[in-house]
Formats: sequence, structure tokens, C-alpha cells
Amino acid sequence: MSRYTPPEQSKAGQVFDIAVVVVAIFVALWLPLKLGLAGAAKSIDALDAKTWEALGQNATMASIWEKLGYTPETAHDIIQNRFHYVIDWPTLIIMAAVLIGYFVFLFRASDREYRDVINEKFDDK
Amino acid sequence: MTIALEPAVQEPAAQGDRVSLLRVLGPAHVWALGVGIVLVGEFTGWNFAADKGGALAALIVCWVVGLLYTSVAMIDSEVTSTVAAAGGQYAQAKHIVGPLMAFNVALFLVFAYTMLEVSDAILLGDTIVAKAGVEGLNHNAFIAATIVVLAWLNYRGVLMTLNVNFVITALAYVSIVILFFSVSPWTQGAVLKLNELVTPGNALPYGWIGVIAAFQFGIWYYLGIEGTTQAAEEVRSPARSLPYGTMAGMITLLIAAAMTWYVCASMMPWEYLGTTYYPLWDAAKLTGSPLLENLLFIATLLAALASANGCINDAARAWFSLGRDRYLPSWFAAVHPRYRTPYRSILFLLPIALAFAFIADLNQAITFSILSGVLQYTFMSINIIMFRKKWPLGSIRRGYTHPFHPLPAIVLFCLCVVTFFAIFLGFGSQLIAMVAFYFLISLWFHFYRYKFVRRGAQFTMPWPKPQGY
Repeated sequence: MSRYTPPEQSKAGQVFDIAVVVVAIFVALWLPLKLGLAGAAKSIDALDAKTWEALGQNATMASIWEKLGYTPETAHDIIQNRFHYVIDWPTLIIMAAVLIGYFVFLFRASDREYRDVINEKFDDK
Repeated sequence: MTIALEPAVQEPAAQGDRVSLLRVLGPAHVWALGVGIVLVGEFTGWNFAADKGGALAALIVCWVVGLLYTSVAMIDSEVTSTVAAAGGQYAQAKHIVGPLMAFNVALFLVFAYTMLEVSDAILLGDTIVAKAGVEGLNHNAFIAATIVVLAWLNYRGVLMTLNVNFVITALAYVSIVILFFSVSPWTQGAVLKLNELVTPGNALPYGWIGVIAAFQFGIWYYLGIEGTTQAAEEVRSPARSLPYGTMAGMITLLIAAAMTWYVCASMMPWEYLGTTYYPLWDAAKLTGSPLLENLLFIATLLAALASANGCINDAARAWFSLGRDRYLPSWFAAVHPRYRTPYRSILFLLPIALAFAFIADLNQAITFSILSGVLQYTFMSINIIMFRKKWPLGSIRRGYTHPFHPLPAIVLFCLCVVTFFAIFLGFGSQLIAMVAFYFLISLWFHFYRYKFVRRGAQFTMPWPKPQGY
């Protein structure tokens, strides 16, 4: 197998590639934050009676909350801010498909590249 | 961690120079590398698992995720003690799976470490602001100072960093042990009140789905222990130092995690524990001892600093490796002519870390880091199977052979699947966005960028041809 000689990349090309990577990083990480898609689905299950008993706190718990500087009113939003786990099957299937597709592509494309590497490395000998 | 870059040719290092690393490290240093990056997870982050599933869920995932990381450590020890090349899992992927996988694994490493650094900086800033107690004081200045000063230290050279990190890590660890024994752990009712705080009614407030959901932040107990492999070219005896150092690090962290959970769950209601940024510092405050409070305050800062310092170095090293192999523009492969550091990679990642430290909050930054980490562990579970298949036992010299193969790989893969599901339960959109990013950047690499990469020169290990090729 003939040895592959990669082209030399111009400075402008390198700058362009760096810009592509930077934009991709920010889009992937920043966009979900900007669109409010990041973060768990929590919501406050509000109670009318804001007492330690109503909030499900026993005497020991209440004394610790108070030691930490909280009253039933100020602790209410922490205690009642709960997850509501609902399995959204279409989203779960999409997520699974994206993950599986990603890894399948990775391994298959890597293998094609790897065969070139091995052929060039070992056929030279 | 310390990565000393020393050009093979003693001339001013220019773009693309080949570098060699100094073999100066022993098992204790490997221990310090792993534990130094990870220990901050005991000071914040793990407790969000309690928010997702309750205090008992946080304990269950502490053990089960400990099993995940024990598998990681076993697998990593075998592969890295054989692929003794800088870059850790990146070098493994390059030699075992292929270039595109290596490119992705390096990105996993960069994002996991950069976002861990962001989390460390946010923790440090928030801790100082909370301690100061001055109304209107913003954490941004402290975050920026932390990231910039540590980047500057890394830019200037990090020969002493490992020893400094070792001391910092040891101090932070000792503070956890001191707190543990200060609260009379053998006695319930005096300081610790586990039975009254974790009751049958609130131990698992969301049931077993909460336990699954808690896997997401359970990862934070140990995330980064695999960083020990980054030092593969720097240890004197990879076959001995890497397995011993990594496994000792895991044992250390398992003990620290168990002590941390026991103290914190016995001193705070789970609703508070699950949302505080400083569970250990809060526990120290609740003892009423100013000495313990100040000790844990300082330990929190030290743990964050040690972790961020190691993360900057590791992320820059992975980015540098991508440039050196031309997976990214070779501009990143420059070594500073005076300080022998990958300075362009350090500087490139600096504004990215700063930007996300300002726009993301702590649990979002942690989630970014966890996502990249879990993608990497998924790769590792498949990688070890391919490694044993391409080079069966006896075909090449292995520094260490992990037992019970393929059981650790199967356990690791299954726990990664559970963790992906856990992430879906709270941060599914982020997961899809990040995988979409990795997919698109992979297309870019495979169909465009790879033409600039040399082929056979990527394979540098003195191994026979892999079976099946």
C-alpha cells in the first residue's frame, strides 16, 4: 500500500477549523442553557399551611432547619420543590436512537480509518 | 496533575515539535493524580443525588457507582499499563478502535475536565461569597480569578504542581477524616441523628425510580479517577504504578464517600442536603465548632483548587494531543519555548471555561461533565473487549491483566446504560444536544479533517498486527 501524504493546511484553513470547533462547542453547550432546555423538571408543590408538620418535618428535622436559619415559610420552597418523574417514551426512544446511532457510526467509521492505519503501518514492513 | 513537556531536541520548541515526558512518578503520585481531581466531589455534587432520590438513594448509588468505577479502574489499569502513552484513553482508542473514536474520546476528556474545572471554580466562588456574608457580593470575580490564575500557573510550567496537589489533596482528605471522628460516629443521638433524619417514610421519597435518577449525580463521587492514565508516560513503572495507584485511589474514595454520606445524612434533612452546595462545610457548621467550620471551609477551597488545577492540565494535554496528531489544527501542538508547556491549548480552553462558569450554574456544569464522562466509560467497556480480541492474552506483554474478564466490561456497560437513563430523567435535552454535537463534529472529522492526518504514523506501539486485520 502506498504511503498516504496528507496535504499541508494553510494558516487560513487552520483558523477556519478552529472557528468551526469553537462555534460547535458553544452551540452544543450554550444553546440548551439559552433555550432553557437544561435542568431537571422540578416544580413546587405549594402548601397552604406552612408549618413543620405540614412540611413533613419531625422535631429533629425542624430543629436543624432552624439551626440553618430557616423558618417553615422560607424552607417551604426547598422542601416542596420536587421532581415529577414521568417517562416520556417518544423522547426516550429518540434519545436511545441518537445514542445507538452515534456509537454505531463511531465504531464503523473508526474501523474504516483503522484499516488504513494498520495496512500502512504493517505493509511497510 | 503534572505533565512535564520536554522537547526531545533541545531547541526552542516550535509548532509541532515532538515532545517526550519525564518518567518520575510512582504509585503515590498516581494516587494523588486520581484522588486530587476527584475529591472535590465529596465536598459538593454527590449530594444532588439525594435531591434526585432521597438520602438512601445517595448511599445506594455511592456503592453501585463505586462498582462502576471499580470496573473502570480495573479495565483502565490493564489497557494503560500496556498502552503506556500520554493521553490516556485517547491513546488507547487510537491504537485499539481507530482515529475517529480517538478524536471523540479526546473531546470527552476535554469536556469532562473543562466542565469539572468550571464546577470547581463555581464552588470556590460560591464558598467564598457564602463565608464573606456580604450582601451584593458576586462570585464572578472569584471564579474568574481562580480560572485565570490556575491557567497562568499551568502556562508557566507545572513541575511542582503534582507535589503541591498531593499536599492539598491530603489536607482536604484529612479534614473529612477529622470531621468524621469529631462527630462520634460510633454514637447515634448526640451529634448524629440518622434514625430521625432518614426514616422509612422519607428514605426513598420517589421510590426506586428516584434511585435510578440518582445515578446521574452518583457519578460525581468518583468522576475523574480515570485521569490517572494520563500519566502513563510519566510513571517509572507503568505495570506496577498504574494498577496500584488507581486501585488505591478508588479504595480511598470509596472510604471518603461512605464517611461523607454517613456524616451528612446524619446531620441534615435530605431536602436540604440535596440542594446545598457545601454539604461537608454545612455539616461542620452544624457541629457548632468554629474550628471544624473553618477547617472544612478551607478544605472545600483546597479541594476545588486541586481539582481545577489538575483539570486545566489534563484538558489542555488532551487538546494538545489532538493538535500533535493533526486531528485538530497543528497550531495547538506548540510547546512553549521557555516553559515547556502546551500553552496554546491552555489559552484556547481558558475563555471556554470562563464563559461557561458565568452562564451555567453548578449542577448544569456538573451535568455537562458527567455526560462526557459516561460517554467515555461506555467506550471503555467496548474498548477492552476489542483489545482482548485483537491482542489475546500472551500475544503482547501486558503490564497488568485484570481478572474476571469480561464481567467488569459487562457491568460497566450495563451501569452506563442505567446512567444514561438517569440523565434522561432530568437532563435528556442536554444529553441529546451533546450527542448531536459529538455526531456532527465526528462527521466533520471523518469527511473533512481526517485528510490532514498521517495514517500509519498514528500507530506507535511496538505490537504485532492485530488479529482480524
